[in-house]
Amino acid sequence: MIRELGPNDIVYLLEAARWTVALAVIAMVAGGVLGLVVAVLRIVSFKPANWIAIGYINIVQGTPLLGQLFIFFFGLPLFGIQVGAWEAAALALSINASAFFGEIWRGSLQSVSPRQWEAGAALGLSYWQRLTSVILPQAVRISIAPTVGYLMQLVKDTSLTALIGFIELTRASQILSAATFKPLQVYGLAAIAYFVICFSLSRLSEQLEKRTHAAR
Amino acid sequence: MNYNFRFNALLPYTEEIIRGIGVTLQLTCLTMAIALVIGLFVALARMSGNRALRGVARVYVEGIRNTPLLVQLFIVFFGLPSVGIRLDAYLAAIIGLSINVGAYASEILRAGIQSIRPSQIEAGRALGMTAGQTFRSVVLFPAIKAIYPALASQFVLLLLATSVVSSLGVGELFHQAVFIDSRTYRSFEAYTLITVTYLVLTLAVRALFSLVYWLVFVRRPRA
Amino acid sequence: MPLVEITDIHKSFGKVEVLKNVSLTVEKGEIVAVIGRSGSGKSTLLRCINGLERVQSGRIVVDGMEVTSPATNINALRERVGMVFQSYNLFPHLTVERNVTLALKKVRRMNSEAARDVARAMVAKVGLADKLGAYPDELSGGQQQRVAIARSLAMQPTMMLFDEITSALDPELVGEVLKVLEQLAREGMTMMLVTHEMNFAKNVADRVVFMHQGNVHEDGPARDTLIEPRTPELRSFLSAVLH
Repeated sequence: MIRELGPNDIVYLLEAARWTVALAVIAMVAGGVLGLVVAVLRIVSFKPANWIAIGYINIVQGTPLLGQLFIFFFGLPLFGIQVGAWEAAALALSINASAFFGEIWRGSLQSVSPRQWEAGAALGLSYWQRLTSVILPQAVRISIAPTVGYLMQLVKDTSLTALIGFIELTRASQILSAATFKPLQVYGLAAIAYFVICFSLSRLSEQLEKRTHAAR
Repeated sequence: MNYNFRFNALLPYTEEIIRGIGVTLQLTCLTMAIALVIGLFVALARMSGNRALRGVARVYVEGIRNTPLLVQLFIVFFGLPSVGIRLDAYLAAIIGLSINVGAYASEILRAGIQSIRPSQIEAGRALGMTAGQTFRSVVLFPAIKAIYPALASQFVLLLLATSVVSSLGVGELFHQAVFIDSRTYRSFEAYTLITVTYLVLTLAVRALFSLVYWLVFVRRPRA
Repeated sequence: MPLVEITDIHKSFGKVEVLKNVSLTVEKGEIVAVIGRSGSGKSTLLRCINGLERVQSGRIVVDGMEVTSPATNINALRERVGMVFQSYNLFPHLTVERNVTLALKKVRRMNSEAARDVARAMVAKVGLADKLGAYPDELSGGQQQRVAIARSLAMQPTMMLFDEITSALDPELVGEVLKVLEQLAREGMTMMLVTHEMNFAKNVADRVVFMHQGNVHEDGPARDTLIEPRTPELRSFLSAVLH
């Protein structure tokens, strides 16, 4: 049954795009919390913790996200955890994001000049005061732009969940393309939707970058 | 848990996996080479005095960087036939990947070109070096050294990203997981094995890049 | 009793001996210029005094507190010993005012209002009353350095350490910073400064300490020592920096 591309189809795509955004938000929050743990493990002065964090980051960043998605999708049920495409997608993306957030935040923390620690020390600030009043505020400022930049990547990464059958923007486009036989128009529309989301994020990141006062 | 993991069920497919590794590496290297050529032209276009040329290059780079690779591949493979351009999966994969990586490569190359300081060129000429010698030793060599780490990580990202073209049916490494899964019904084992294979590949590639960096830039720093 | 008493300290970074058996005392109200070639250990000496560097052996006592003892609360000591660095090291995420009030509030536990009053007074003292709301990256190097001095002074230190504080400045900005130091000298502040400004050392300092290869090589009244050096090493150093 071949039909024309109508306004209903665009609504269908936009509704699916909500799942793209929802998935990205979940991965951002869960991946962010886990990423904080990764960053801390990576920088504490306790070697085994550093090794665990480095190993984790290397495994996640050294394997394809697609593989991670399939492993969770097929693997969790074997351990008695029944998951659908949605849960597997959310879990895999969160874990993937945590490694990237962990690296971004570790880098931000370490890129604050060590002289800032010294300047704080010379004023009699305690270690904790130096960390919370001098170092962290600057690290947060430094990390904002790359963090938002990574969110862009995260939104694009959600498209891969289409391949385990999760119906977000890309999977919806596949379905619509099969129904209408208008692949160029349908995928073009999907691309525009992604562009709008990602481009806004990259603009936001540029704006935030301009407003940083921090010593590197 | 009463599931028996049977990784040895995958043993008969060693040949497929090795073939998949070959295709993946071939795709990666070929794409990287084409993408560097595209990237160089786009980088030059973005720095040119011609506004229209700059605009086109910018639209290309932003368009690619703000949309997912998978959708780009679908447009090339499924979309283009409706305007009469029919490509086989492998060619569509190469084209889609190259256009994608070309945008990222152009940004890296642009940074590399901008890292060249004119004062260095003057210094080289003032020391009596020929234009060619100056170009090689104070322009090209330091610029390559500056962008080498970014290019190396781009290569690893590309190696991982090629897994996505399995969805077009290209017989690269990830597609072998799909194939083995369909034959053995050992989904978890198949995808785990293939994913670990990628890990081994990326670790090996990273080690190789570090070695080359050490050999070229550290051990023998040229004048 | 001297304010600073350094006895036989030794400091190495790995295999490099930076300070070998240095002994030195500084009286209250004294202004001591520490000079010497780069690598002679003069900055390290300064950094040992407020515990930014740990010595391997020897004893440092400042204002009755033993810096070299592990039992000493080093943060309490640093409250009393102000230090200003070559690279200013202002907190870039805070305005001038908040750079000065941070330690007052966190360490001295002052309320915001009292801290702000102190900050205003100190920043006015270095001539930057109109810059209270500015961020460090909106100031010139000379202005940043003056804020750094105000930030230190706000803690009402017993003494001040200045580590090559004019070395990173453009020549035309050096004067405004030295003027602040001269004012402090007139007020009787105890100061130790590592410096390359020989004229300043001659005119403002009471004493000159010449460091050479990790030792105090010459130590005497500023004017006499700089005009008539006793050792050939100081003579050759002075002729190198003055010509």
